[in-house]
Amino acid sequence: MDNQARTKDILLSAADLKKHFRTRAGTVRAADGVSFEIRENETLGLVGESGSGKSTVAYTIVGMYRPTGGSLLFRGQDIGRESARRPRQLKKEIQIVFQDPGSSLNPRQSIRQILDLPLRVHGALDRRGREEQTVRLLEMVELPRDFLYKAPRSIGGGERQMVAIARALATNPSFVVLDEPTSALDVSVQAKIINLLISLQKELNLTYLFITHDLSLMRNMATRVAIMYLGKICEIAPTVEFFRNPLHPYTRMLLSSIPVVSDEEQELKPKKIVSQGEIPSPVDIPPGCSFHQRCPHRMEICARVDPIVVRNRQDHEVRCHLYTQDMQDTQDANPGRRTMHE
Amino acid sequence: MAPPLLDVSGLRVGYDVYGGTLRVLNGVNFYLEEGEKVGLVGETGCGKTTTAKAVLRILPEPPARIMGGEVTFRKASVLDMSAKEVREMHAHGVAMIFQDPTAALNPVFTIGDQLMTAIRYSSLEQKLTRKEIRERALRALGEVALPDPARILDNYPIQLSGGMRQRICIAMALAANSQLMIADEPTTSLDVTIQDQVLRLLGKLVLEKDTSTILITHSLGIVREWTARVYVMYAGTMAETAPTAELFREPLHPYTQGLMKAVPKLTGEGIAEGIEGRIPNYLDPPRGCRFHPRCPHRMDICSQELPPYFEAGPRRQVACFLYRDGN
Repeated sequence: MDNQARTKDILLSAADLKKHFRTRAGTVRAADGVSFEIRENETLGLVGESGSGKSTVAYTIVGMYRPTGGSLLFRGQDIGRESARRPRQLKKEIQIVFQDPGSSLNPRQSIRQILDLPLRVHGALDRRGREEQTVRLLEMVELPRDFLYKAPRSIGGGERQMVAIARALATNPSFVVLDEPTSALDVSVQAKIINLLISLQKELNLTYLFITHDLSLMRNMATRVAIMYLGKICEIAPTVEFFRNPLHPYTRMLLSSIPVVSDEEQELKPKKIVSQGEIPSPVDIPPGCSFHQRCPHRMEICARVDPIVVRNRQDHEVRCHLYTQDMQDTQDANPGRRTMHE
Repeated sequence: MAPPLLDVSGLRVGYDVYGGTLRVLNGVNFYLEEGEKVGLVGETGCGKTTTAKAVLRILPEPPARIMGGEVTFRKASVLDMSAKEVREMHAHGVAMIFQDPTAALNPVFTIGDQLMTAIRYSSLEQKLTRKEIRERALRALGEVALPDPARILDNYPIQLSGGMRQRICIAMALAANSQLMIADEPTTSLDVTIQDQVLRLLGKLVLEKDTSTILITHSLGIVREWTARVYVMYAGTMAETAPTAELFREPLHPYTQGLMKAVPKLTGEGIAEGIEGRIPNYLDPPRGCRFHPRCPHRMDICSQELPPYFEAGPRRQVACFLYRDGN
């Protein structure tokens, strides 16, 4: 893909995005120089363990946090400002579905009231029109009409998440952030929701940022996968390439830790790499490459210099000194990208 | 053949709530032989934890009520035990690891206080001195691969990570040298790399100590990698049991089949449809097979009679009328 084609269909781009939190224990660098692009109609899977900063990235994109640094562009427009100052049109375009529908839906409201609010805020519809629209939204997520007058508590967890999805779709967005939408649910329910999300994406031309810790799920859903560790993206690649050729040692550790259900899957897991150590506190991020203390391939340079991102011909980016050997012992002065030699 | 270490038959447990009785366990049958590692897999609300708690006699009664069945542990009838005998069983016979290590540990006592209490009560007759108890505690922390055990003894739970807390719980469960360990979703609250570490550690320790283990989980992957035999549980009944490899080679019960298809695979075959409907309301569960309203293969008989276990091979049983002719 040449550069021009690449930039043309980019919906959202983050460059060196930072979000730091001041706490009594010190500054938490939750997102610390995150760069990625999301293209129209794709699903970018952002995968990481707890504390990696993946939700911080999500919340910054939807405008719940104001970035500490870096830029965030949506269709070329700067959205790196607080939600309150975002134009309403922009808020309509970017919606979010949270992890726990038990706490993201108001327990005192009926489903009708929950779906009505975004229509009232954003739409030009009259009462009658809004009522019709709420029914249409329920139909979109394959829930029966009589759900309108139910309370969130009286329906199942999967159904609640469907309502949360319907609410996100109420403003007719083009971009939806899905923050672990199925991790609180059982697999049989997860399957239904994922299938629904996939068909809605096709129908409504949606673009997804899918935040999750489940790599197996991303194998089946994402267009591209990004791995986040301690506030930084360490690897990003198109899904097939990503799973065929995982490069970063952390990615391999993650993959090898996944419990799988068949021998064929077992074959795909990287061998000879065992999980060791724990994710350090984001207040006290190790110097150099933040993963070096847990890395089985660590080299002398890793504790000193934070690696830069290199990209290979398969559109596969990785941030690791194993792939920047020719750069060794030069200080990391050049934040630009280099082409990886294979 | 020696009788199994643990034998549960026809166990029925309900919860009395406003509006009726939640009939959760509807005749649970399973057994565990000495030294076996058995998995109990099922989705939220299927009664896995209720089963474990009933076996350990730690169900809150009321609201819970044991409505029938038998539990035999080391030839003793657990359901008939006095409070003293139950304490005795907890001290020497069975240990449990809970899902949430944060809730399982008392936040206002140090790790040392809690671990040493567990050790003291499981070895009362040995009359250990404080120093010996402390030494055992240090050794137990070393076994679960925690660095700097002496410092950790003085730590409070909040000062440790989730993975470390669960290691403490494992150390406490193993310190009593129990014959049977029930691990209830021990890694569900942990990240996948930490889960891998904790499960490997647990596997190594129960092997070393020859502890019979029941691993309760909702993850088919963990069951496959960790256990030798599996029970699949659905809505308060055991749908199917089989040696683990057999179950994954050919799941028999329609519920197990649906569940397996719904698991996202690393091979990227797409996502299957999942299982229609949801688990029944235990206030008014369906008659007959509790899975029949969701079952793609349901027959007339399924809504009338509770399917018994049909033999479907060596150590393989399935509670489904599809297999009544023995195939």
